[in-house]
Amino acid sequence: MHMADALISPAVGGTLWAVSAGLIAYSCKKVSKQAEDRKVPLMGVLGAFIFAAQMLNFTIPATGSSGHLGGGMILSILLGPYAAFLVMASVLTIQALFFADGGLLALGCNIFNLGFLTCFVAYPLVYRPIAGNSNTKWRIALGAVLAGIAGLQLGAFSVVLQTLFSGISELPFGTFIMLMQPIHLGIGIVEGAVTSAVVLFVLGARPEIIETVNMKKTLLGLMLAAVIAGGVLSWFASTHPDGLEWSMFKVAGKEKLESRHGVHESLSSLQEKTAILPDYGFKKAGQPQEKPAKQEKQPRWPAVDAGTSVSGLIGGGLTLTLAGFIGWILSKRRRA
Amino acid sequence: MDRFDLGYMDTLSSGNSPLHRLDAGAKVIATFAFIIAVVSFDRYAVSALTPFFLYPVALCALGNVPLVFILRKVAAVLPFAVLIGIFNPFIDTGIMFQAGPLAVSGGWVSFISILMRFALTVSAALLLVAVTGFYSVCASLEKFGVPRVFVVQLLFVYRYLFVLADESQKMSRARLARSFTSSPPGLKVFAPLVGQLLLRTLDRAERVYRAMACRGFDGTIYPAKKVVSGYAGVIFAAGWIILFVVFRFYNIPLLAGSALTGVFR
Repeated sequence: MHMADALISPAVGGTLWAVSAGLIAYSCKKVSKQAEDRKVPLMGVLGAFIFAAQMLNFTIPATGSSGHLGGGMILSILLGPYAAFLVMASVLTIQALFFADGGLLALGCNIFNLGFLTCFVAYPLVYRPIAGNSNTKWRIALGAVLAGIAGLQLGAFSVVLQTLFSGISELPFGTFIMLMQPIHLGIGIVEGAVTSAVVLFVLGARPEIIETVNMKKTLLGLMLAAVIAGGVLSWFASTHPDGLEWSMFKVAGKEKLESRHGVHESLSSLQEKTAILPDYGFKKAGQPQEKPAKQEKQPRWPAVDAGTSVSGLIGGGLTLTLAGFIGWILSKRRRA
Repeated sequence: MDRFDLGYMDTLSSGNSPLHRLDAGAKVIATFAFIIAVVSFDRYAVSALTPFFLYPVALCALGNVPLVFILRKVAAVLPFAVLIGIFNPFIDTGIMFQAGPLAVSGGWVSFISILMRFALTVSAALLLVAVTGFYSVCASLEKFGVPRVFVVQLLFVYRYLFVLADESQKMSRARLARSFTSSPPGLKVFAPLVGQLLLRTLDRAERVYRAMACRGFDGTIYPAKKVVSGYAGVIFAAGWIILFVVFRFYNIPLLAGSALTGVFR
């Protein structure tokens, strides 16, 4: 459920980049304060472990399809949330750069969806209270499964919200939710089952590994505060511009003021294109209001003019050919 | 496993073209500017996106990266974009323009736009690493203010990726050699397999830590290759950014196309 660059708007991508960058900086501070340089190689090697573990597939019971481990929950159980979050963020960064999973702009979204929600929400709020500090097998199993479900449900929901706010995909909210949540319920159960099976295996073989990372109560309280603060802040980050646009709509009777020519026009079109809700809600779906004058004549599509479209097609084809030609020349010259 | 042909990316990034020698930071900035410019278009942009293909194509050509390799990588991750985007043509059925007998709906236009964005952003990210190398990217990230702990973490993960990938493939092969079916194992076998891998990983981390402690590790990694920034990097980044801004605000293909069709009218 990696979010892709192609599906998000700069505003959504930028906001979540800021949130994730803040979380990384905070976690880095926390981890380096613990002053355990033993943890540095441990975190690094565990990140590589997540990749290696993802290369091993297993058959999902009763379906015949195969799945692999996500990893956020195992990391949280082994390392605690801060370090686990950093490991997840590093894994996602490398996935974005090398495997093109997600993308660079969507990286913030992915770190938030798969890292923050698992390590800072599902782990402290679901896994810890259930699993407790005793190494009771059924509690660990139950905690891991429920936390796996919670993490992936939240992550899926977050993907839906980010996609909607970006306004690139046409999927309506309800349909998208109905697609995402049940699929991720299944994935969450499997992830939780695998996590608990692996944790229980390690607990049987080397119990001291699980024991040493149990957290103190005070830390838990602090973390809860951080989670709540983070959650509230991120809500503000995502709803505020929306509210702004809404209030503008109320005040002016339209979404934005009339724009004139030149710089103002291009600026406002830039703003329009980078708006959190480019055309979700107030305008009828699918109306990029690029040219307000034309809008009146052709209410549904601003660019219905066949001539424009044909010119676009021809010009686009030409440009692609030209780009290819330039590339060819460049590589010729390099070889010469 | 095709997905994990990291080694090839590493080989590519150790090339020695002028593009490889360029300051990594310049390439990081240019790539980010590129991605932001591409995703900032509205959902029906198709022709306006085409000039942006110049960037990945130029990087491929200047950096001696086989185009086929990048295309294969893009194709490997395409299903996700198709999965999300394919709903557009079914939901957004308003006719956008008529191409002869073919009525093209807004949904198809935005679907194609999604696929183009996808190809552009994905190839740009892959090419950044292929012509820069991961170590240099990380070094420039640190210069841009990314916390050192995180940079070190990235370097560590990357370094041990190769080692542990081999380890897990070894285990997987060993299991395969001892079983009668080639299908993936069930949970009963999978959990101990991953658990075992985890234990080996932890042991390795301990060994790594001791070896590094012996050599005076204090939590920081000092790169052997110094990053030199020069005018070339500044010119590279600035030149591309100017180009992206022009591409962003002027639909050059449309202008060129209408100029051409205007001649024949």
